[in-house]
Amino acid sequence: MSDTFFSGAPHWTWFIVPYFFVGGLAGGAYFLAAALDWFGRPEDRPVVRTGYDIAAVGAILSGLLLTIDLGRPLRFWHMLFQSENFPAIMFKGWSPISFGAWAILLFGLFSVLSALGARAEEGRLQMPALRAVGGVVTGGVAKLVSGVGGLLGLFIAGYTGILLSVTNRPIWADSPWLGALFIASGASTGAAALILLAPARGATERTLAWLASFDARALVVELLILVAFIASVWSIRQVWISFWGLVLFVGVIGFGILAPLRMHAKPAQAAKLVLLGGFLLRVATILASEGIDRYRVAAGL
Amino acid sequence: MPEPMGFFTDTTVCIGCKACEVACKEWNQLPAENGGVGELSGDSYDNTRKLDGIHWRHVRFIEQFKGPYDGRWLMMSDVCKHCVQAGCLEVCPTGAIIRTEFDTVVIQSDVCNGCRACIAACPFGVIDVNPVSGTAQKCTLCYDRLKVGLEPACSKACPTDSIQFGSIAELRTRAHKRVDQLKAQGVKAELYGADPDGALGGLNSFYLLVDEPEVYGLPRKPTLPSRNLGKSASFSLASAAVLGVLALVGLRKRRMDDMGSPGGGGPN
Repeated sequence: MSDTFFSGAPHWTWFIVPYFFVGGLAGGAYFLAAALDWFGRPEDRPVVRTGYDIAAVGAILSGLLLTIDLGRPLRFWHMLFQSENFPAIMFKGWSPISFGAWAILLFGLFSVLSALGARAEEGRLQMPALRAVGGVVTGGVAKLVSGVGGLLGLFIAGYTGILLSVTNRPIWADSPWLGALFIASGASTGAAALILLAPARGATERTLAWLASFDARALVVELLILVAFIASVWSIRQVWISFWGLVLFVGVIGFGILAPLRMHAKPAQAAKLVLLGGFLLRVATILASEGIDRYRVAAGL
Repeated sequence: MPEPMGFFTDTTVCIGCKACEVACKEWNQLPAENGGVGELSGDSYDNTRKLDGIHWRHVRFIEQFKGPYDGRWLMMSDVCKHCVQAGCLEVCPTGAIIRTEFDTVVIQSDVCNGCRACIAACPFGVIDVNPVSGTAQKCTLCYDRLKVGLEPACSKACPTDSIQFGSIAELRTRAHKRVDQLKAQGVKAELYGADPDGALGGLNSFYLLVDEPEVYGLPRKPTLPSRNLGKSASFSLASAAVLGVLALVGLRKRRMDDMGSPGGGGPN
C-alpha cells in the first residue's frame, strides 16, 4: 500500500474543481491568443481578442473561486505579503501554492491589460481611464505583454497539477504527470472555448480551422499523457473502482477525448465535448483522491 | 537556546483512558464535536476516531481479534509528530506554520488563511480545519505552556506515563532502554521516528510500537511533498514545450500553405 493513504483530505472540492478548470481554460486560451498575436495573420485578430477576453474573465473568476474557498477569505493577501511584516513579500519558490498565488495575480494583470488593449483596438472602451490604459497596450508593448502573459497562461494551466503532486495524497502524490496533463487539457479546452466563442467576434473559417486542428493535436497529447498518468498510479489502481473511475474512463477519455477526435466535421459539437471532458478531468482527479476514506483503507477494510 | 523537546509515546503501557485527549481539549479550549452530542463510531470502542482540527490528541484503539478468545488491544495516543523536516511547514504559503525555539512545529492561527495545503502535505493526516476558527489547526506541543516552563497538558495528565515529555536526546536514550527491556522479555518492539537519520530527519514525537507501523495508521516511510516537485515540474515543462511547438508548427504550416497557393498572402 502506498504511504500516501495515511494522509488527510484537504477538502478541495466544489470551488477548487471549477477553479482548476477555469484557470486551465483561461491559461490555454491566452497562450493560443498570444501565439496568434505573435505569429498569426491580421484575419486572426477576432480570435486573439476573444482569447484575451476569456483569459481576463477566467483570471478574475479564478481569483474569486480561490478566495471564496479559503477558510478565512479576508486573509487571502497573507499568501502575497507577510501579514505580520507588511509590506514584505510572502513567497516560497518551492511551494506550488505560494508561487501559484503570485502567478494568478500576474496572469490576471497581464490578461486584463491584453483584453483592454484589444478592446481599445476595436474602439470599444468608453471609460477614459480604461481607454488610457488600453491605449498604452498597443504595438510592441502589446506584443511584450502577450508574450509574457502567454507563458504565464501555460504556467497557470500546469501549476495546479504540480500543486496536487507536491502533497502526500493518494493519486496526486503517486504520479508526476498531473501538471503535464493539466497543461494539455488547458490547451485543448482553451482552443475549444475559442472555437465556440470567437465566431461571435467575427472569427474567420481559416482561423477556426487552425484552432480545430490544434485542438485535435492537443487532445492526442492529452490522451498520451493520460495513459502515462494511469500507468504511473497502476500500483494503486483500486482507487479507480469507484464513481470517479467511471468519470475518468467514460467521461474524460470516452466523451472528452475520443469522441471529439472522431468529430472532424462538427468542430462546435466537438468543442463542447472537449470542455465537458476538461471539467470532468478535474472532477475525477481531484475527487477520486478526496473521497478516499483513509481510515478504512489504512485498516485494510 | 532551549534544546529540542518532544514526546516519546510508549504504546505498550497505554490503557486507552483518553485522559490525554480530554486534557488537550480542555487546555486548548477546543470545541466539542457534533454540538457536544455523543456519537458512537459503530465499529470500534474508539469514538473520536481521528486527529483533526478539534482533536489534537487521539487515542487510537486497534482491536485485533481473530475470535472470542484470541485477540489483543493495541492502544496508541497519537499526535502531531513535530517532524524535523516538516511537510506542512514546507508548503504553507502564508508563513503561518513556524518552527519554534523548542524545535516544534506550530500553526499561528492569526496568520493562517485556511488554504488547507498543509493538510494534504502532512504524511500522517494530523492537520485539519477547526470549524470555529476556519483555520488549519493541530497540536502545538503546548507551546504556551513550554514558554513558561510547564509540561504539555497531555503528558501531564497521562496516568501511566505512556506519553513522556522531555528533551529529545534524553527521550531517545530512555526509549532505547525500554526497547531492550521489552525485547529481553520476548516482545517484538520497535521505535518509530526516533532515528535522526531516518525519515523526515526524525520525529520529535516518536513511538514505541509492537506491530507494523501501518497497523497503527502510520506510513512506513513518510516523505516530504517536495520530493515530487522536480519531476512534476520537468514533465510539465516538457508538455508545455510540445504544445508550444505544435502551435507554432501549425501556424508555420498554414503560412507555407498560403505562400504556396495561388493568390495566397505572404507572411504578415
